[in-house]
Amino acid sequence: MKITAETVQNIANLANLELSAEEIGAMQQDLSAILDYVEQLNQLQIADLPAMEHVLGAAVAAAAGQQPGSNEAAISEVTTRPDEPHPWFSQKEALANAPLSGAGHFKVPRIIDKG
Amino acid sequence: MTDPAVLTIDSVRSAMRNKQTTAAALVERFYAFIDDADRQVNGYLTLCKERALAQAGKIDALVDQGAELPPLAGVPVAVKDVISTAGVRTTCGSRMLENYVPRYDATAVQRLEKAGAIILGKVNCDEFAMGSSNENSAYGPVRNPRALDRVPGGSSGGSAAVVAAGTAVVALGSDTGGSIRQPASFCGVVGLLPTYGRVSRFGLVAFASSLDHIGPFSRTVKDSAQLLQAIAGRDPLDSTSADVPVPDYVAALDQPIRGLRIGVPSDAFASGLDPRVEARVREAIEVFRRAGCEIVDISLPNNQYAIATYYIIATAEASANLARYDGVRYGFRNKDAATLAEMYRRTRDQGFGAEVKRRILLGTYVLSAGYYDAYYKQAQRARALLAADYRKAFQQVDVILTPTAPTPAFKLGEKTGNPLEMYLADIYTVTADLVGIPGISVPCGDADGLPVGVQLLGNYFAEARLLQLAHHFEQLRAQAPASAQA
Repeated sequence: MKITAETVQNIANLANLELSAEEIGAMQQDLSAILDYVEQLNQLQIADLPAMEHVLGAAVAAAAGQQPGSNEAAISEVTTRPDEPHPWFSQKEALANAPLSGAGHFKVPRIIDKG
Repeated sequence: MTDPAVLTIDSVRSAMRNKQTTAAALVERFYAFIDDADRQVNGYLTLCKERALAQAGKIDALVDQGAELPPLAGVPVAVKDVISTAGVRTTCGSRMLENYVPRYDATAVQRLEKAGAIILGKVNCDEFAMGSSNENSAYGPVRNPRALDRVPGGSSGGSAAVVAAGTAVVALGSDTGGSIRQPASFCGVVGLLPTYGRVSRFGLVAFASSLDHIGPFSRTVKDSAQLLQAIAGRDPLDSTSADVPVPDYVAALDQPIRGLRIGVPSDAFASGLDPRVEARVREAIEVFRRAGCEIVDISLPNNQYAIATYYIIATAEASANLARYDGVRYGFRNKDAATLAEMYRRTRDQGFGAEVKRRILLGTYVLSAGYYDAYYKQAQRARALLAADYRKAFQQVDVILTPTAPTPAFKLGEKTGNPLEMYLADIYTVTADLVGIPGISVPCGDADGLPVGVQLLGNYFAEARLLQLAHHFEQLRAQAPASAQA
């Protein structure tokens, strides 16, 4: 499948990437080649198989000697910790890696352009 | 004190216990060795001498008190730079995180130190663990210590290289599509991919969350067993860490292997495999056969779809995970942008390298409206198909044996022009990550002086079985006459 420069530009916008004209050309080539390659998955007749979003359920079921179940089983194997407050970052620590901060906040350039 | 490059976990611990050296002296010796030997290799990105000496002080105090030493007492460890270390810069091999200093330790790091290990520093890798050659690091490529004009493999190239060079005794790496096993093969060391959920991912900077794993590198199989022992097990801070008991990995090593069934897939020696690699892997099969293992031909009929499946799922997850790098909370920011939207775009353009951008774009594309079902859903179904194939295979056999990589280490720059070709080299490794099963790469000889690894894959949580077989293999190879090793 041939990806157009316009498509590359569109997905770059979606991904918040600013690409130079040169980068767009290179990505057009690379993405086209990779998408051509992954096209082979469409040869598989697997429309009725459940989509596997996660492997943990299969792993834990196998460890327990059970037949791994559906994808629902995978999600149920995720064990959450009790929802209890515990000490974590201080505000100062949370801001320590920020490129720009002040008055206890992350600072960013203005959001609305001057009209 | 012997050559640092031959130290093991046991030899370091007994040197401490018998007061042949102190942990502090050992740390100083390793830093001197790194200063000398790492110049050419470029394995280390950041050294944390203060932290290492503080930890060494604790070990030396235990020795002075005559106290029982923890299992990894005094063992110098290197940590891949995608694994968070509190107070120690963690770059992920990216300009984006050049000055990022985590406020917390990854659980694996915290457990290593609790077990007495000494973190020497952070090691180089492909940017955000995306790559198979370590040439995608913003801090320059790592060179293979066994052949300096060649790549160490990737993405955990630094971890493999420093263990091979002896500038660390063991290391932590991460594996999303082969990033532990392939560099282990290229550098002639042992690399272990644990079952998904076996080792906590807390503090591992996310690339593809359903595929990411932390695992050990070492020069002996036993050291990987001991390292895994220290880091494995349920962690409340990672909801995907499995609540499954951790066995005694070292105790399993010497169990007999006679009668175990080793499956060899029909496509293990497919086209594209370097004949020298094929020869070494066939010799490895013979070693197991002579040791009384049963070699069984098996079929994994959908393996050919693994790379396509992998590069859809991994990039989709990466495009979501890497959305967080926006120049606001941490990392690089373009300071010239006038508006927020412009700041996001320029920050990401300048902060990310070409391979990371390529994968973000591909992932964004396969998740975008109109393509989601055709690519992403289809890949998730293919993933289920692969998992079913392996489930069937493990009803027939105890482990599956393949080459780890189709070639030995290639030359720097040899494959950088063709991303797809680089992806195709992951053919033997990606499936284990997709299916969630464990794998190990263990050295099985040389191809004209370049190391070759053989891979063993096991059923879920069968790390002990993999380590046992790999340990026997390592011992049998060491006993074999040199002429039989080619």
